[in-house]
Parts: sequence; C-alpha cells; structure tokens
Amino acid sequence: MMILAATWDAERLGPASRELLGAAARLGAALGADVALASLGGAGAAEEAGGYGATQAFVIEGDHAASGNESALAALAELAGELEARVVLLPADERTAEVAPRLAERLGGAAVMHATGIDVTDGRPIWTKPVFGGKALAAVAASEPVVATLRRGAFEAAEATGGTTAVSTRTAPAADGAVELVGTDAPAAGNKLEDAKVIVAGGAGIGNGDGFAELDELARLLGGAVGASLAAVDAGWVPPDRQVGLTGKVVSPDVYFALGISGASQHLAGIGGAKAVVAVNTDPDAPIFARARLGVVMDCRAFVAAMLDRLRNAQ
Amino acid sequence: MLGLGMHAVVLLKQILDWELPPSRFRIDSETRRPPDGLGPTLLGPFEQNALELALQLRDAGVVDRLTALVVGPADSADSLRKALAVRADEAVHVEVGSAEALDPSQTAELLLAAIRRLDGAELVLAGRQAGDWDHGQVGYLVAERLGWTAVGLVWHAERSDGRILVQRTGSGADERLAVRLPAVLTVTSHPSLQLRMGSVMDRMAANKKPITRWTPDELGLAPEQIAAARRIELTKVWVPEVERACELIEGEDAAAVATRLLGRLEELKLLTRPA
Ligand SMILES: Cc1cc2nc3c(=O)[nH]c(=O)nc-3n(C[C@H](O)[C@H](O)[C@H](O)COP(=O)(O)OP(=O)(O)OC[C@H]3O[C@@H](n4cnc5c(N)ncnc54)[C@H](O)[C@@H]3O)c2cc1C
Ligand SMILES: Nc1ncnc2c1ncn2[C@@H]1O[C@H](COP(=O)(O)O)[C@@H](O)[C@H]1O
Repeated sequence: MMILAATWDAERLGPASRELLGAAARLGAALGADVALASLGGAGAAEEAGGYGATQAFVIEGDHAASGNESALAALAELAGELEARVVLLPADERTAEVAPRLAERLGGAAVMHATGIDVTDGRPIWTKPVFGGKALAAVAASEPVVATLRRGAFEAAEATGGTTAVSTRTAPAADGAVELVGTDAPAAGNKLEDAKVIVAGGAGIGNGDGFAELDELARLLGGAVGASLAAVDAGWVPPDRQVGLTGKVVSPDVYFALGISGASQHLAGIGGAKAVVAVNTDPDAPIFARARLGVVMDCRAFVAAMLDRLRNAQ
Repeated sequence: MLGLGMHAVVLLKQILDWELPPSRFRIDSETRRPPDGLGPTLLGPFEQNALELALQLRDAGVVDRLTALVVGPADSADSLRKALAVRADEAVHVEVGSAEALDPSQTAELLLAAIRRLDGAELVLAGRQAGDWDHGQVGYLVAERLGWTAVGLVWHAERSDGRILVQRTGSGADERLAVRLPAVLTVTSHPSLQLRMGSVMDRMAANKKPITRWTPDELGLAPEQIAAARRIELTKVWVPEVERACELIEGEDAAAVATRLLGRLEELKLLTRPA
C-alpha cells in the first residue's frame, strides 16, 4: 500500500512538491503507508525525493506536453495501479484540474480538488476543501483510491531527512493521438505573482485599461507584481494570467493592495497567505474590509495617483 | 455528417448567487448545505462562458444544433430559459429534488443518461467548475464514462480537418491543441466569452419554447442506482470564523493618506521602500 505523489518539476523539487511530500509523509505515517514520488518533469526532481521521505522514486520519460496531458495521465494511471496506491497527491494547478478527476475515474476512485487539510479518522482520510468559493469548508470522505490536489501553501513542506532512494526510469505509454499540441503561446511578461513580496491588484473599480497601466507603474516602484480580479480580467483590462483567486493564482505576498476589489470569497481564496491586505474602496461596507489589515475609503484611482506621486518623488 | 454542423450539448447549472456576502451566508448543519431561499439562484459564471462558446461555434457553422441540459430542482428551468433566450435550439431539464445532494459522480450518471438519449451529440461543453461545491469534476467524469476525449480550461474553439482546434489555459502558458471528436470541453472565463444578451424578441419567444423534462426514472436510473454512484460523502460543512481587524487610514487628502499608509506599512515592517 502506497501514497503516490506526482510532480512536473524538472531538475529540483520546488516548494509545491515539497509540500506534497510533507502531506504524503504525515498521511503515510497515520495510515502505515510508504511514500513514492513520480516525476513527470525530470530525473533531478526524482533523485531529490529520497531526501524528503520518499522510499521509492520514478521518473516517467516522454514528451508529455505533446499530447496535452494524455500521456501523463496514462502513465500515472499505470503506475498508481501497479503500486496499489491508496492515495495519489497532486499539486493544485491548471494541469491537474484536468488530470485529477480523470485519473480518479480510471482508478475507480474519487477526486478531491483543492484540498486544504487532511485528517485521519478510523483509518480513513478525511479531506478538508473550501466550498461556495471559500465561504464554507467541507470535510469529505472519498472512495479510494483517492486522487487529491493540494492547494499551494496549505500544507507544511517536508523536512530534509538526508535519505536517498534509487530512481526507476519508466516510459509513458504511447499516446493514441486524441489530443495533439499544436503550439504554445509565450508566457506573458511581468513578475511572477506566486513569488512577489508586494502585489498591486485591481478590480472592477479601476475602471479601464489605463488604470491598469498606472498599476503597472505602481508595482514597478514598489518592486512588486500586478494582480487582478476576475471582473477586471473579463473586462479585458489585464491579461488572464494576472488573475488571483479560486480559479486564478494563489499568492502569499507581504502586502496585497486590493484596489477597487469588492472582496468576493472566490477572490479571497487566492490571498489567504498574504501577510497584510490593504483595501482601497469607495464602499465602506465592501466585504474586502473584513479581510484587510489596513483600509482606505477612497476612490482607488485618486489613491493610485497619490501613491505614484509620493513614490516618484522619493526616487 | 461531413461539412455539416454538429450537435452540441452545453451543461448548465443554476447556483446560489456566488457573490452573496459572507456576512449573509449560512450552512444548515442538518442538511449540510445553505438553506433554500438564502439568496437568488442564477446560471453560474463558467456555465455562461460555456454557453457563449457554444453559441460562437454555432455562429461559425461548426455546430448546427445546440441543446442546453441541466440536472437540478425546479428553479433550474431559469437557466434553460436563459439559454433559449440566446437561441439554444432545445432545452432539457432532468428534474431532481435537490442538486446539492448529488456528488459529481451521481450528477455525471444522470447527465450521461440524458446525453445518450439525445441522439448524435458529438460535443459537450461544461463549465470548468460549478460555483457552489467547487468540485471541478463533472465534465471530466462525463468524458471518461462516455470514452470521449476531454480537454480542460478551453476559451476558444474552431473546426479544423475533422478535429476541434482549441485554445486553453495551460500550466504557465496558453496552449493550442487539436482534439479528436467526440469530445468534452470544460470552459474557463475569458474576455471573449461574456454571455451575449438575447434580443427582446428572442427573450419573449424563449418563454413559449418547450422544455423537455425527464425524470431519472425515465432515463432508466432508479434511486438505488443513483445512490450507489456516490463517491464523495460530506461529513461536515461549516462556515469558518473570520476576525475583522481593519485599521482605517484617513487624511485630509489623497496625498496625506498615501504618506500615512506608507509610513504605517514601514512601521509594521511589511514594506521597505527603495527611498
Ligand atoms: C467558481 C467561481 C470562481 C471564481 N474565481 C474567481 C477568481 O479566481 N478571482 C476573482 O477575482 N473572482 C473569481 N470569481 C468571481 C467573484 O465571485 C467576483 O465576481 C469577482 O471577484 C468580482 O470582482 P471585483 O471585486 O473586481 O468586482 P465587483 O464585485 O464589481 O467589485 C468592484 C468593487 O470596486 C468598488 N469600486 C467601484 N468604483 C470604485 C472606485 N472608483 N474606487 C474604489 N473602489 C471602487 C466597489 O465598491 C466594489 O466593491 C469566481 C466566481 C465563481 C463562481
Ligand atoms: N447538475 C448539473 N447539471 C448540468 N450540468 C452540471 C451539473 N453539475 C455540474 N455540471 C456541469 O459540470 C461543470 C463542473 O461542475 P462541478 O464538477 O460540480 O464543479 C459545471 O460547470 C457544469 O457545466
């Protein structure tokens, strides 16, 4: 009986993978199961897994991107079956949004998406996941094998154990051509939201694309990145990769400026890890003030202009 | 069928207003869901995006018959009327007591049975995630159980050489994929997918169009079969406490507020300015 964690990291295990291994180790201890890691990215990530508690590591070779997620899905289904995995843990992201439910179905179990907690009761994992956009939490028991995606930042990373493990190399089953990658658009420019210490995020209250150009400058002066609500993205003022929230990026800056953002629960779902939220909104009753450390009741464009003035002069 | 449009089915869900403020949100501890009537119910946002993509495919001649399908209680008919008002060709309502009690696997079973009964469907469009239980699973389960191709987080589609060419949000970058039919696409939000408004005439006409109603029984699914399809059990649902500790920054003008705010962020050691 195993717990299988899977990563698409290339040469090193990134923070999300170490969180997966941390969750896997604690769950494994409670269930009496060993932990295996499957790397769909590269051998380097698999080689590090032994140092974070995995007793088996696999690297699955193949041009996974060429078939969308088909070959990764087939390879994980094959490996999880061979290992008789009780639980498969994946990082919650765009890729696993597609992989996890299909993998669970192929294994005859169930998926739990965006889990934020795991408890073991009577030898059974009980998963916590946000529902209703994060306005509530649900504890769920799922049919095994369970494929769970874990929200970034919700689980403590594995400690380095100094251990090592041999890495087995496997080849992904041949894809049947149902999905073929035709092209990839260059990733959009701008600082990565996931790593930013300061995020200047705008919502519907920003009003237009020019407002977002001002946010770009404010972010630059503060050494940060621009974020946005779904409403601002839908309006076409800012590219979709800037969206923060339940169906956007999950971020953990020191300071998160929420400018003209109402504070819908689905938006807040992305900023649980922010140390301090600064809310600027004309409506003193906007829900964002309930999450904010500092608040300003003001027109957000006037606020941005004053900040730019202040910071430009300071340079 | 070569050269002709396909029959597409769009999966709609009517959900509790997702912007209901947390202060008004409640969970009934007995039923483990929000009490009925807590707020208005609406066609969910990603289902709106899926409907718009389906309409764009029909505008482009890729689709020539569009069926809107919903599994849900009586109020779900509103979502079907909305689809008819933007000229969906047919509307099908699989009526169940309360959709909230169904898990993704059970919902998929009912949808599958309905899709199989709709003849000749080759393309299914679902939302990426329904904004009530936030599962993000039903579209994929339908695809796997039909043995169809599945592609997620799509925001554009066109026909190309007997396949569907899609653009979708990948991990880190957008991807273009050629997809074999029949297929299920799950649809994400995009500026190009804001649901159009029906004309006044179409909206009036929508109220007179028929809605096909099927019971689970008529689809060959007995209550025991639906119960046996469950794979996710809710053991507890609760509303987390949030502490409110907002300090308001005020000042005689915007400049004074900006100065005070920056000073406060430095005091709290949250910001070190390059200045
Ligand atoms: C399943 C699901 C997933 C979702 N995922 C996400 C997600 O990932 N991210 C996300 O953001 N949303 C998401 N949403 C949408 C979310 O529910 C809200 O619709 C969205 O966050 C609203 O964006 P907003 O606050 O910018 O707009 P609005 O709700 O329109 O709020 C605008 C705010 O700006 C204020 N304002 C207006 N003018 C000014 C001004 N001049 N100066 C200052 N303030 C002003 C208003 O008082 C208001 O509070 C999701 C919804 C669902 C159902
Ligand atoms: N009861 C339902 N009736 C019709 N379609 C549904 C239903 N539930 C979910 N769907 C579809 O499946 C998508 C994902 O739902 P979920 O897995 O519940 O997040 C939704 O966006 C809908 O397109």
